[in-house]
Amino acid sequence: MERDDIIEYSLHTHHDEATGVDLRKKIWKVTGLLTLITAVEVIIGATIHQDHNLWEMVKWGFIILTIVKAFFIVMSFMHLGDEKKTLRYVILLPYFVFILYLIFICLTEGNAVHAALKSIGF
Amino acid sequence: MSNHNETQNDSATAWGGKVSPFSTSYGKLMMWFFLVSDALTFGGLLIAYGFTRHACQVAWPIGEETFNSLPFLGHGYPLLYVALMTFILIVSSVTMVLAVEAGHRMDKKGVQKWMLATIIGGLFFVGSQAWEWYHFIHGSEFGKIELADGSKAIVQGHFGEIKDFTVVEAGKHHKKGEVVKEDLLHQFHHAIEHGKLKNDTITLHDGSKALVHRAKDEHVVLVIKEDGAKYKTGQKVEAGADKMYLEVINSGTPHRVIYGANLKVNEYGPTQYAQFFFFITGFHGFHVFSGVVFNFLIFLKVVEGRYHRRGHYEMVEKTGLYWHFVDLVWVFVFTFFYLV
Repeated sequence: MERDDIIEYSLHTHHDEATGVDLRKKIWKVTGLLTLITAVEVIIGATIHQDHNLWEMVKWGFIILTIVKAFFIVMSFMHLGDEKKTLRYVILLPYFVFILYLIFICLTEGNAVHAALKSIGF
Repeated sequence: MSNHNETQNDSATAWGGKVSPFSTSYGKLMMWFFLVSDALTFGGLLIAYGFTRHACQVAWPIGEETFNSLPFLGHGYPLLYVALMTFILIVSSVTMVLAVEAGHRMDKKGVQKWMLATIIGGLFFVGSQAWEWYHFIHGSEFGKIELADGSKAIVQGHFGEIKDFTVVEAGKHHKKGEVVKEDLLHQFHHAIEHGKLKNDTITLHDGSKALVHRAKDEHVVLVIKEDGAKYKTGQKVEAGADKMYLEVINSGTPHRVIYGANLKVNEYGPTQYAQFFFFITGFHGFHVFSGVVFNFLIFLKVVEGRYHRRGHYEMVEKTGLYWHFVDLVWVFVFTFFYLV
């Protein structure tokens, strides 16, 4: 059954060749960036070890670089950056609120269990 | 894209349920909601891994020590293989974006080309993961050893190649004087695990005894991973390490050496590490595999021309969202299993 009263949003996403050239340029730029970040991570990971005194800083560096990579994949490759603001927040906000809480509670509890087990000489 | 909002609606049609508040089609919206729930699943799994790691009492495996092999080239290449895997997945994500972009221009040939590239990239990734698992399960040539003082250590260095076994006492299959040249490393490991190697004499599966001819190990370093009476975690033993290693593998006592990882023992560290590794990378690999299947089905319909007749390639966009999500999850798995 065809309905003519519904907006077919899929038809409004078309673009012409000139826009396509720009978009492809952007895609390759993001590709270069993601590859560069991964290469930097691997080089640092192979040279600076966990007993190094800079390790704590390197660890946080890795986590930040991971979030940067994730940001580019979601915003650029998955086109979430091009969607309406409301959709962006509906997707991202509940996720972040829940996941940040879970990270906080689980790592705190993990440390507490570690200390408790240690105190009974496990 | 940017021209989403060009269609103007009066309030009558808006209240009639004609427009989406997100200016997105139903299918794409539902794909996003599914991905949010799937992201929560992966988030939960990775956080459970974090909990276990923080609660764990013994040394957690280190990425560049555990994953340092390349196919055909052997050991000594920390993280290079997994970097290659990551690169393959990023590239296949890029080819997927290019397929979506070609779809927006109604360029059927372009969509076909880039989707095919995406499928091939996905298959390469799944294959690499199979190799990674195989390697993780079989373990290093040296194995993890239990020293005389009760401490446990992993071994770094160059493993002396096994040349052959010369049978000195006949069994069911092998005759005296026979020289065994096949499947040497596997039989060698198996014998050591079961305490069947003593004074360089190995007891084979059929009960025959053979003399092992093996080159000398070089540059041997023992890295202590669990405390004993004499050695403490983190310590590196270099002087006399090769003799200590030979003493352990020749002791004839079972279970002093562990090779590789499964759900019961793990050469690289606590067993929980292996369990999470298998579960999370396995769950991710299953996502990659199903993504390849979806991409392939959609590819067939692109070739058939169904979406061209429909007037838009939104199905490619939806399967593309799923495919990028798989890449997104890998970025996090890569960081928390291999880097930190």
